[in-house]
Amino acid sequence: MSSPEQVIQDVLADLPRHRGVVVDSPPGAGKSTLVVRAAAHIAATGEPLMIVAQTNEQVDDLVTRICERHPDLTVGRLSAGGYVPPLRLLELSGVTVGTRVQDLGDPDIVIATADKWAWISGRTWPWAIVDEAYQMRSDKLLRIAALFDRALFVGDPGQLDPFSIVDGDRWSGLSWDPLQSAVSVLLRHNPDLPVHRLPVSWRLPASAAPVVSRAFYPFTGFRAGTQPHERRLELSTGGMGTVHDRALEEAARSGWALLELPNRHTVRTDGEAVEAVALLAARLLQRGAVASSEQGERPVTAERIAVGAAHRDQVAAIRNAGVPPEITVDTANRLQGREYDVTIVLHPLSGRRDATAFHLESGRLCVLASRHRHACVVVARAGIAELLDAHPSAEPVQLGVPVKFPDGWEANQAVLDHLAAHRV
Amino acid sequence: MNRLDALRGTTPPKPHDARAIAALAANPGCARRALLDGAGIDKDATARHLGFPAPFGQSPFAITRGNAFEALVKADGCAELLRMLRELLELPVAEVAYHDVENVGAHLRHAHTRALFDRAARDEHDSGTIYDHPLLGLEIAGHIAYLEPDVVAFQLGGRFHIVEIKSFAVVDGQADPAAVAGAARQAAVYVLALRRMLRELGHDPLRVAHDVVLVCPENFANRPVATLVDVRRQLAVLERQLSRMTGLDRLVEGLPEELTFDLLPGEDGLPTRPAAELADALRRTTARYAPDCLSTCDLCFFCRDEARQEGACDLLGRQVRDELGGVASVEEALGLADGTRAPAEGQEEIARLLRNAERLRRECLA
Amino acid sequence: MSLLTSLARLRALDERIAQPIATVRHCHLSERPMVLIPLRMSGEAAAPLAAMLGTRREDPRLLVVTQPRNRDLRFAWAADLAAELLPYIDGFLAGTETVERKNADPYERVLDAPQLLVPNQTGIAFIRLLGRSTRFRRADGPYPVPETVPLLGRWLTYFGERAAYPGSSLMAAATEELGRHWASGQSGLEDANLAALMAWITTGPSDDAEDPLVWPPAGPATDPGFDAEVLAPAIEAGAAERITEALRGQLEPTWRLMWQAVDLLRGLPEGASVAQRWEQDRGSFSAMAAHIAEGAPPQARRDGAVAAASRLARMERAQAAYEVQRAYDDPLVMAEYRLTGEAFAGEVVETEPEHSEGEGRSRKLRPLVVVKTDDPVRLAPGTALGTPQRRGQGAQLVEARDGLVTVKITKGMGRGKTPAPGSVPEVGERVCYTSLTDDFQGSPALPEAEATPWTHGGPPREYTPSDEDALEEWS
Repeated sequence: MSSPEQVIQDVLADLPRHRGVVVDSPPGAGKSTLVVRAAAHIAATGEPLMIVAQTNEQVDDLVTRICERHPDLTVGRLSAGGYVPPLRLLELSGVTVGTRVQDLGDPDIVIATADKWAWISGRTWPWAIVDEAYQMRSDKLLRIAALFDRALFVGDPGQLDPFSIVDGDRWSGLSWDPLQSAVSVLLRHNPDLPVHRLPVSWRLPASAAPVVSRAFYPFTGFRAGTQPHERRLELSTGGMGTVHDRALEEAARSGWALLELPNRHTVRTDGEAVEAVALLAARLLQRGAVASSEQGERPVTAERIAVGAAHRDQVAAIRNAGVPPEITVDTANRLQGREYDVTIVLHPLSGRRDATAFHLESGRLCVLASRHRHACVVVARAGIAELLDAHPSAEPVQLGVPVKFPDGWEANQAVLDHLAAHRV
Repeated sequence: MNRLDALRGTTPPKPHDARAIAALAANPGCARRALLDGAGIDKDATARHLGFPAPFGQSPFAITRGNAFEALVKADGCAELLRMLRELLELPVAEVAYHDVENVGAHLRHAHTRALFDRAARDEHDSGTIYDHPLLGLEIAGHIAYLEPDVVAFQLGGRFHIVEIKSFAVVDGQADPAAVAGAARQAAVYVLALRRMLRELGHDPLRVAHDVVLVCPENFANRPVATLVDVRRQLAVLERQLSRMTGLDRLVEGLPEELTFDLLPGEDGLPTRPAAELADALRRTTARYAPDCLSTCDLCFFCRDEARQEGACDLLGRQVRDELGGVASVEEALGLADGTRAPAEGQEEIARLLRNAERLRRECLA
Repeated sequence: MSLLTSLARLRALDERIAQPIATVRHCHLSERPMVLIPLRMSGEAAAPLAAMLGTRREDPRLLVVTQPRNRDLRFAWAADLAAELLPYIDGFLAGTETVERKNADPYERVLDAPQLLVPNQTGIAFIRLLGRSTRFRRADGPYPVPETVPLLGRWLTYFGERAAYPGSSLMAAATEELGRHWASGQSGLEDANLAALMAWITTGPSDDAEDPLVWPPAGPATDPGFDAEVLAPAIEAGAAERITEALRGQLEPTWRLMWQAVDLLRGLPEGASVAQRWEQDRGSFSAMAAHIAEGAPPQARRDGAVAAASRLARMERAQAAYEVQRAYDDPLVMAEYRLTGEAFAGEVVETEPEHSEGEGRSRKLRPLVVVKTDDPVRLAPGTALGTPQRRGQGAQLVEARDGLVTVKITKGMGRGKTPAPGSVPEVGERVCYTSLTDDFQGSPALPEAEATPWTHGGPPREYTPSDEDALEEWS
C-alpha cells in the first residue's frame, strides 16, 4: 500500500490530467485534510475553485478548516436565505457570507451545499471539489455539473447510500439512474477516470481499523495510522462491578465492548436496551474517562461522546432516558462524517425477530461502528446470530445494476464475530 | 439408517434439483422445512396427502413457450447462443465445438461430464466448447444430489461460464426482478457445483466465472438476448445454506425417537399413511410460517392453517410480527390493546403502545 | 405500515371482518370510470388474451383473441380495445377551462378526465407493457397496423406511468385503493387477491377466494388449471365461440367484484384534498392530449438522464404532498403521527391571543395556545408546526410538559395588533398540531436534455422512431 502522502501527491498530480478524479476515503482517513490540501493547491494556481458539500454543517466545517490552515485565502460562503452562520465563521478573516455569488466579491474559493449550488447559473468555475460525493444523489450532480470544467470527487463508499421516498425501479439499470450516487454515475459514464484510495485511517484506533476494514471494505482495505499503544483510554474512578462498568472497562481496555442483554423480541424502543445505553453514557462521564493519543491527553467530555441508533424513535427514547444533554444522540444517517472519542451504539438488529433490508444495510452499521477514536460500546440483545442465520435471502435482482459489496449480511456477521470476544 | 432417512422412512427420496437447492435459503429459520429438505422428503406429495396441495401450477402455454424458446436458442448446435456469447463476452470465438452430454447414457453422464471438464481445464489452448446437458452433482446433507441437466456451460481457454436460459422477457433492458433473482439463485447452484467439481479434479475453482450468462427473450419477440448477471451474493448465500445443512443433527436430536414423516406408499406408490397421523407428526416440528411462504414452499397452506388455529400474528406478515415485539398471538395482542390482559414482564412497552393505538382508533372512529 | 394499521389487522383477524383505516376516501372516483380487466397469455410478456371493459356495470364489453398465437388477431384485438378506449378518452377533451399561470401562457384544462380502474398492481404493469408493445407501431410502412393502435399505445403508456405518480387517480388498482381504506385480517401479500380482500371487507374471510374454480384470478395471469383443462383444448379445436365463452366465465366474477369495489369506495366521503390532486390529474391529462395533438413522437423507451431527474423530482414532491394531505384530511391517518409523537391533539385550555415578541418596530404578534393532550409528544421546542384545523397557519412548539403543550402561532393570524377573528383557537376547542408540513420550496432547474453534462454521458442521441421499432415482433 502507498503512503497517505504519496496518495495525496498522486491525486494532485492527476488533477490537471483528467476531467474528474475520484478519491475513496474510508472513515477518518483524512478526507477533509485532502480537500483542504487540494483546495490550497488549486487556489495557488490562481484559478477559481468551487467546493460542493452536502450539509450546511459540512460547509461550515470546511470553511473553518480552510481558513485556519490557509489564512491568506479568501473564501465565499454561499447560503440559502434562512441560514444563520455560526459565530466561529464570522470571526474568521477572509470569509464572506452571501446568498448570491455577486455578493461575495471575487474570492479564491466559493463553498456551498449541493442544494444551494443547484440555484446558481450564469458563471462557471474551472475547478470543483465535490465532498461526500458518495452520499450525494446523482440527480444533484446533474443539476450542478455544468458549473465546473474539472472536478475532484471525494467520499466514503462504505457509508449509507442516498435514497428516495419514491420507488425508483423504473430507472434501475440505467447508467444515469438518478437514485445512484454521484460517483457511481460519474464512473459508469467515465470508466477511465482515476480512482485513488486513502490507505490509512487516522481516526479509528488499531483495535478498530482491521475490523471495520474487513467487514465493510473487503476488497480495498485500509489500516490504522496509529499503533495500539498510541491510543489509551483510562477511567479515572473505580467501578462498582456492575455490568455497565465492566462494559466500559472492557471498552477502555480493548477498544470494543458488547453489552449483551437477554434474548427477547422487543419493540424498537426496547426500554431495557435504551436504559442500558443511557446508563452507559452517564456512567462514562461519571468515571472521568481520559483519552491519550498522538494528539496528547484530554478528558473525554460530553462533546466527545456520541450515542448512535438506527431509528429516530430510538434516538428520542434514548434522549428521554436521561442522557446528559451535551452528549450527541443521533441516527446513523446524521452521524455520518462525524468523529468522537467514544461511541455507544444500540445495535440495529437488537431485539428484532426479522431483519429487513433497512436493518441489514451495511452502510448503517459501518457508520455506527466507525465514529470513534478510542472505543465503541455496543448494546444488543442476544440472538442476533440466530436472526442472521434465519434470514431469508430473496432480494430481487435488477439487470444491469452492479452488485454492491459488502453484502449487509456478511458485514453484520463479521462485526458480530468480532464483538463476541468482547462480550460482558 | 441415519435419523434423517428414518424421517423419510420407506418413501423414496425426492432428488434435489437446482431449483430446490436454490430454495433452501427461502426460509432458513423454519425447522420443519429444514428437516424435510434435509431428509429428501417430497414436500409436494406430503402437502397433497395432508389435503393442503401447494398452489403452484404452471400453465401448459408457459411450458410450451419455455421449451420452444430453449429449442430456438439451442438450434443448430447452439448457433444463436454462440452469436450472443461472442458479442457479450467479446470473445474472438472462431470455431466452437458443441458437446451434448445427453447423448451419453444417463448412468455414465456424470462421469462423462467430469472427464470432459477435466480435459478442458487441462488444455488452456483448447478452442471454445459448449456443453449441453452436463450432469453436475452437489453434496447436500451427506447425499450427492444430481442436478437436472437443463443447463449449458461454455468454456474457452479454460474459463467456464454457466448459461441459464429462461423464458421471461427482458423489455428495454429490464426484467422482473423476482424472476431474475430466481434465475440467479439457480445459476449459482450450477456455478458452485462446477467449481467443486473442478476443485476435486485439482483445478482452480475460480476458473468458473461468477458472472453467469442469462438468456431471455428480448422485448415481445422470440429473439433471445444475453445479459451477464453477477451471482456472487447468491453464491455466498448458497454456501452458507449448504454448510447449515450439517447442523441438522441438532434439530433431529430434539425429536422423539419414533417420529417419521413416512407416507407409507403402497404398491401403487400412493400414500397409505393416515393423513391425520402425518399431520400430527409434522406438528411435532416447529414451523416458522410467514406469508412469503405462499410463493416459496409446498407446505404453505398446511402451515398457514396451523398458524390460523393458533391465532398467530405470523399470519399478518413478518413486519407486523416484528413490530409487535415479543407478542406472538392475536388474542394476547388484542388483550393488551384493550387493557383486559396485564402485560407480562417485558411486555410493558408494547402494551403501552397498543393501548395508545387502541385509544386513538377509538377516538377517530367514534 | 404503522402499529395503528397492524392493530386494525389484528382486530380484523379476530372479528373476521376488515376494519377501517381511513375515515374519508383519499382517491378521486369518477362518475363514469372505465373498468378494465385485462388477461394475458401465460408464458408471454405482453400477449393479450382477453379484456372485459366498460363504463356501465350492466354492459361489459368482452374482447378476446381467439387464436393467441396469431399476430394479426392480436393487432385486431388492440384495434378493438382502441375502439372502446379512445372514444372514452376523447369524450373528456371537449369541455375545458382556461387556467391562468404566473410567468407562462394560460392553458386549457379539461373539466373532467378519464379514469381507468384495473383489479391489481400486476394489471397496471400489464397495461404499461401493452402500451410499450403498441406505441411504436406504424399505420404505414412494411407492417402496417390500424392507426388507432399506436395511439392507444401512447395512451396506455401514459396511464401506466401516471399510475406510479403518488396521489394520482387517472388509473388505479382496486386492491391498492381498497387496501388504503380497509385493513384485512390477512397479510399485505394476500391482499393482492381482489376476491380475498373483497371478502374480508364485505362478508368475512373465505378460502373460496383462493379457489380458482369459485373465484377465477383477477388477471392478468390466468389459472393454470383453466389453461390446461379448458383453454388449451378449445384453442386446439379452433373453437372460437368456446374460447370466448370460457373467458367470459373467467372474467365475469371479477367484473362484478370491480363494481362492488367502486360502490364501497363511493360510500366513503371524499377527502378535502382529493379535488386538488384530481385537478393536477386533469392538468396532466390535458397536457398529454395537447402533446399528442401537436404530433409529438411516442414516449421514449427509457427516461434520459434529465427526464429521469425531472420525473423523480416531481414524484418526490407529489409523494410528500400526498402524505401530508392524507394526514390533514383524515384524523385516522393523522393518528399514526400522533402515535409516533410527530403530532398531538387535544383541547385548548388556555390562550394568550395578544402575546407578542420584540419591541418597537420589530414587535410581532405571536399568540400563545396551550393544549392539553394525552398523546406522547416527541417534538423539540422550536419545531415548526401546522394544523389541519387552520391550514394556512404556521406555528412553533414552545414547550411540552406533563401533557400540556404550549404553541406559538407565527403565521396566518393577520397583520394587526390583535389576531384576526377566528385565527386563534378558543379555550375548549379541539385542535391538532403536527410537525408534518407541506413547505415545498420549488426545485431548481435542470439542464436541457441537449445540455446533459459529461458526468451523465453528455447529450443523448436524439431518438427518432425507426422502422425497426414498428417492425418489432409481437409473438
